[in-house]
Amino acid sequence: MKAYQCLKPLSALVQALLLPGLVLAQTAAPAAPSLDARLAAVEAAAKSAQSAGDNAWMLTSAALVLLMTGPGLALFYGGLVRRKNVLSTMMHSYILMAVVSVLWAVYGYSMVFAEGNVFVGDLRYLFLNGVGAAPNPDYAPTIPQQTFMIYQLMFAVITPALISGAYAERIKFKSMLLFTVLWSTLVYFPMAHMVWGKGGLLNAFTGGSIPCFDFAGGTVVHITSGVSALICALYLGKRVGYPSEAMKPHSVVLSCVGACLLWVGWFGFNAGSALAASGLATSAFVATHFATATATLGWMLAEWMRTGKPSVLGAISGAVAGLVAITPASGFVQPMPAMLIGFMAGVFCYFMATAVKHMFGYDDTLDAFGVHGCGGTLGAILTGVFATNLVNDGLKDAKGNLQPMGLVDGHGVQVLYQCGGVLISWVLAIVGTLVILKVCDLVFGVRASYEEEREGLDLSMHGEEGYFLES
Amino acid sequence: MKKIEAIIQPFKLDEVKQALIGIGIDGMTISEVRGHGRQKGHKEVYRGQEYTVDLLPKVRLELVIGDDLIEKAVDTLAAAARTGKIGDGKIFVYNVADAIRIRNGDRGEAAI
Repeated sequence: MKAYQCLKPLSALVQALLLPGLVLAQTAAPAAPSLDARLAAVEAAAKSAQSAGDNAWMLTSAALVLLMTGPGLALFYGGLVRRKNVLSTMMHSYILMAVVSVLWAVYGYSMVFAEGNVFVGDLRYLFLNGVGAAPNPDYAPTIPQQTFMIYQLMFAVITPALISGAYAERIKFKSMLLFTVLWSTLVYFPMAHMVWGKGGLLNAFTGGSIPCFDFAGGTVVHITSGVSALICALYLGKRVGYPSEAMKPHSVVLSCVGACLLWVGWFGFNAGSALAASGLATSAFVATHFATATATLGWMLAEWMRTGKPSVLGAISGAVAGLVAITPASGFVQPMPAMLIGFMAGVFCYFMATAVKHMFGYDDTLDAFGVHGCGGTLGAILTGVFATNLVNDGLKDAKGNLQPMGLVDGHGVQVLYQCGGVLISWVLAIVGTLVILKVCDLVFGVRASYEEEREGLDLSMHGEEGYFLES
Repeated sequence: MKKIEAIIQPFKLDEVKQALIGIGIDGMTISEVRGHGRQKGHKEVYRGQEYTVDLLPKVRLELVIGDDLIEKAVDTLAAAARTGKIGDGKIFVYNVADAIRIRNGDRGEAAI
């Protein structure tokens, strides 16, 4: 309808040009539109066309990012647990699609993207007040603010879902809900505001005092979730029987399907973070894909050399590690550095999720820390190395000259800024998660009872079984 | 009247079934089971965590037949199930006291 309205002046113009005889036959000829009016009409039409293209891509991206949580992550994690916990683990992802959405609409979006102080936004968008079809030029000038809002919501949904990999198979469901509500409010919303919100402490593009590059959420999404996952694993303790009893993944098949969906959905996550159907989106798409490819190979080769066999679980874990590591860098780096980042992440996360985890003996059930915490940290730091203004022209001085971005542009101090961002996200995640777990423990008790855990959370929490073969 | 209970490799089931049908045996019950004899299990590694799987999938086949057919049945079954490697399984033969066809009450060999 908008496009039609914009075309109205044009159609008037066409009528005036095509029907001179009719016009002459009438009593008074209307004045031909001035050059200015015609120019304005053309500009409006061009703007409308760009908005249509950008909006189509961003709505698609929003749907792609939702696809990462359900079914992507739900399947990936669901396959890795034992049969008796498959439904509860899928529910840990699925229910967040509902819970976090409500938080987001009520106050989350405002806490993140309203202008406020350097740590958190104010409440001007409470209940999505004023968030409509008009664009918000501070973030995405060509798409409706509602599109921007729903796109960013999908990030808020998947982030706490990633943590569920650490507490799977042993958390009480009601504690998990309370944990997520508090964690989103006290850790995710402030962190996202600091990095992406206008005036945020770490926002490199709006004058943050620690200018940090994080294209699609290396710090905001992966470090916060991965480090919080480690805290959860340490706080909850090991699963009953770990590590003496066999706790094999009950279906690597499900996990493989989930990992494939994550790879696809991640294009929305990273390329969508360009917030437009632009060349930058293409660049991020390309970097994402190549990093994932090399990370898959990196993990597979490391495992092959160490254990003698290249496992499917290893290959898909490597892919996720690569997707995580390229997330902060995707909109800043060229394809070859992306491949390097991916490969390093594949090998690094393999050692973190296997050798290092066993050395320290914590029970990070599905390696949320080993993959997201470690891959996110590596990616965030390497972003400071490989970010270049050949890819991203977002940083200009007052005269409009491009500013150097990372070490490869000769701006080595960026690596320090990135470390600053990493440090802040680690500290916020550790402190926030510890406090929240303590509160949840006092209210409901965090950990399922011995009997509930033995029986499996599917039956004890939800009264269902994932596979009922006799029916 | 004897009962043959055979534990065989799952991938040999079709061959064994065809061979037994070939000598005129048309009743049998099979179930999927797990177990091991002298065959060692194997190792699986998931994200660096090693698991030894020593109870391997097998198929258990049960049939009850008349005394006259028993030697032929055992030989046929063993020949069809054999690969010559460890893990081929075992055949046990038991005496059966009686058999009853539920539908009409037939007893003994008439019921099988």
